[in-house]
Amino acid sequence: MFLTDLPIGNKGEIMDLTARGNQRRRLLDLGLIPGTTVVAKRKSPSGDPIAYLIRGTVLALRKEETDLVNVS
Amino acid sequence: MGLTADSSGINVLKENFNLELERDMTVIALAGNPNTGKSTVFNGLTGLRQHTGNWPGKTVTQAQGVFTHNGQDFMVVDLPGTYSLLSNSTEEMIARDFICFAQPDATIVVADATNLERNLNLVLQVMELTDNVILCVNLMDEAKRKNIDIDIGGLKQELNIPVIPAVARDGKGLDEIKEMAYKISYDFIDIYPIKMNYSEDVEKAVEKIVPILESSIGEIANKVNLRWLALRLIEGDRTILKSINKYYMNVDEDINVIKEHEVQADGVG
Repeated sequence: MFLTDLPIGNKGEIMDLTARGNQRRRLLDLGLIPGTTVVAKRKSPSGDPIAYLIRGTVLALRKEETDLVNVS
Repeated sequence: MGLTADSSGINVLKENFNLELERDMTVIALAGNPNTGKSTVFNGLTGLRQHTGNWPGKTVTQAQGVFTHNGQDFMVVDLPGTYSLLSNSTEEMIARDFICFAQPDATIVVADATNLERNLNLVLQVMELTDNVILCVNLMDEAKRKNIDIDIGGLKQELNIPVIPAVARDGKGLDEIKEMAYKISYDFIDIYPIKMNYSEDVEKAVEKIVPILESSIGEIANKVNLRWLALRLIEGDRTILKSINKYYMNVDEDINVIKEHEVQADGVG
């Protein structure tokens, strides 16, 4: 499933990224590397962005980015 | 050794980075993720002799300062805090261009000991761009408080660069950083960081692109890291060509040949 669909409070593991070019680079730089554990922490009132705990840091990511990340 | 007036480096520094250098002053860049205590290291190194300046045309405030060690003056440039040199925000481009084109004598990457893994991404990127890298593992006291044990010797071995533990807030590690910066800048030691190798496809593309770059960018070819440049072009990063134009001007148009060799690969594309 997409990272976007990971329910709040749940844990997932990044399988792969479908992002390409600069967007892929950016996600990798932020620590979203295949095999990484992510926890969906909370949603903003509008549901986008969503905050995730990734490698010791909480990051807010937009749907357009999390739709490009597959998690299990 | 230090940048001298007859190398083009000093012109790049003056014209594009608004740095006033005295002859033979050695230049040290400070890079690091945000919130790693980079500015504390900067203040610790430069003490009261610090003064701040702006990059022309940028909103990012920069600091530059001077320290003296072993009778030599060192100019320290505090680069913007970034997670990467490659994602093309303004801050990242400034940091990248400074290390690539202004070519400081040494680059100190300040890392947060409590979150080392995340910080090593930038360390690897800087190591890919320049050999003269020092890793400063800062906030060692906080790591200790959190029961995190940092294997400094192991890091040194894995990365093959000098690694200095520090508590910049208390001034710990700063003298070691100065001494190491001195040794590197004045060629008392050579550093050969571990280099990343990519997949066969990518390495083949690099081999094809490097000679093209060599002939295309002519006289600056020996001043920039061509392998690194080739990797950026393979990634499809065109901003690097703009930067070459900006800092050295008159890039030959046949640099466009490179398009044919573009490849996409995991971890690079």
